[in-house]
Amino acid sequence: MAEPLFSVRGLKVALPDMTRKPLVGRAPLAEILKGLDFDLPKGSVTGIVGESGSGKSTLGRALVRLIEPSAGAIHFEGRDISHISESELRPLRRDLQMIFQDPMSSLNPRHTIFNIIAAPLRQNGLGDRLKERVAEALQRVGLPQNFARRYRHELSGGQRQRVGIARALALSPKFVLADEIVSGLDVSTQAQILTLLEKLAAEMGLTVAFISHDLSVIRRLCQQVIVMREGRIVEASATDALFENPKETYTRDLLAAIPLPEIDADWLQSKAPA
Amino acid sequence: MSACLDIRRLSAVLPNGQRVLRSVSLSVQPGEVRALVGESGAGKTMIGKAVLGVLPKSVRIVEGEMLIEGEDLGRLDAKARRTLIGARTALIPQDPLTALNPSRRIGSQMTDRLVRILGWSGEKADKRIRQLLDEVQIRDPERVLKCYPHELSGGMRQRVLIAAAFAAEPRLIVADEPTTALDVTVQKQILRLIAQLQRDHGTAILFVTHDLGVVAKISQKVSVLYAGKVVEEADTAQLFAAPQHPYTRALMAATPRYTDPYASLKPVDESVLAGLAAEIATADKAWRPSHG
Repeated sequence: MAEPLFSVRGLKVALPDMTRKPLVGRAPLAEILKGLDFDLPKGSVTGIVGESGSGKSTLGRALVRLIEPSAGAIHFEGRDISHISESELRPLRRDLQMIFQDPMSSLNPRHTIFNIIAAPLRQNGLGDRLKERVAEALQRVGLPQNFARRYRHELSGGQRQRVGIARALALSPKFVLADEIVSGLDVSTQAQILTLLEKLAAEMGLTVAFISHDLSVIRRLCQQVIVMREGRIVEASATDALFENPKETYTRDLLAAIPLPEIDADWLQSKAPA
Repeated sequence: MSACLDIRRLSAVLPNGQRVLRSVSLSVQPGEVRALVGESGAGKTMIGKAVLGVLPKSVRIVEGEMLIEGEDLGRLDAKARRTLIGARTALIPQDPLTALNPSRRIGSQMTDRLVRILGWSGEKADKRIRQLLDEVQIRDPERVLKCYPHELSGGMRQRVLIAAAFAAEPRLIVADEPTTALDVTVQKQILRLIAQLQRDHGTAILFVTHDLGVVAKISQKVSVLYAGKVVEEADTAQLFAAPQHPYTRALMAATPRYTDPYASLKPVDESVLAGLAAEIATADKAWRPSHG
């Protein structure tokens, strides 16, 4: 196995629980991630799957250090980044990129697509040859060059997601966090975006954490899968092994609950997990 | 016996003249589940809204008929139409949180509809609601009835709305993506509940969904929509055995299947979309002359 890009040990994250916040004073902390250990090998695509409240998005945010862990260590290329300061993080930001679920809210409505893709390039000292770099980024995700002059509302959902990918990849990062990036899309568009990400990850040798609630999109794209539930890892293994021989009941329940597009008169009656 | 719902050549336009429903015909027989499947913009939700008489003001029906148990909605005045729709149909919405009033307890919201729209006594409505909460397997109805919507989980809220929909014994339920916002394990429970209540009560359902997996599991009949046009209509079993329209085949190939990762997730071919565009252009051309 390749050397890990990320090595995570005993990761815990606690966040203020606003539902229990008293009128005056601080909200009590709720532990969202309860001690996670895993590696993300260099150049691999890892699926992180779980239902709502499993902590999968919090895990993603901790990896790119949008939030600081409360315990444990996150090693990125061998260096512990779990508690380093914002100024120490800055040079790493270029290598840690994100693509979000809803490009409508993550793309600035007042900026052209050109500026949206160019902004992080400028910030990271790649302001030279800007036109060329943006053109390259658009081409990479299969968007026509004249899209550079458009605004986000002039784009379809799939096109917006392509812009999100173009922006993240323009910096040639080492790691990409993709959080539910196809959840809001139609199936035909979803297939296009997944195929694109699959191709680009292979071409650019990216390490990707692909967060999803949907196991069926993970099988095709990911080499390994981490199944989460209530802030813990239920099962982590190579993708084929997980799908062909799931070890944990919870994983089997998740698979059994997916309605496959084929006739199966017994499916509805088969036991649904409690 | 007349169909529970019969839609004949229904067309609707936006103020700019753009057609959003294109001569849609479909029927739902008593006790039958018909799935309406399509991608965003296909018009599936709009058909549901047309049936329930809640189309946005900007959408104008310019052609066609809608019959509920043989009664033509177009021939009734507004009040009679509302009464008929209120008595014979119900909705299970996608997002229970927006469908429920956040500032009122579950109990009063559920009985309200029966008392105000159907004129039941409070006592009768209350009894009925408890019976239905039992049918949707809510074990502690006393607590749930006193809750505000935000105090319940997504799955529990959807159970409450399913109970409310079936409570008035409608002949037809429009279920608009009722499981789309739910986790997959909860989705399965909710689908099973809907199927069970549907069978027990003999209710017909128009089931709007974007998910061919859900179509396969819940429906007996299916209409595939694209751009407000029914491109294929079939028995569900037949649709999956031998899809006829290229778009149906493309949708099936695009739908992810973890059992067959390399035969699924196929992007829709440009030629299929071009074919659809041509089909719609031809249909619109044939339609326009007679209706200006």
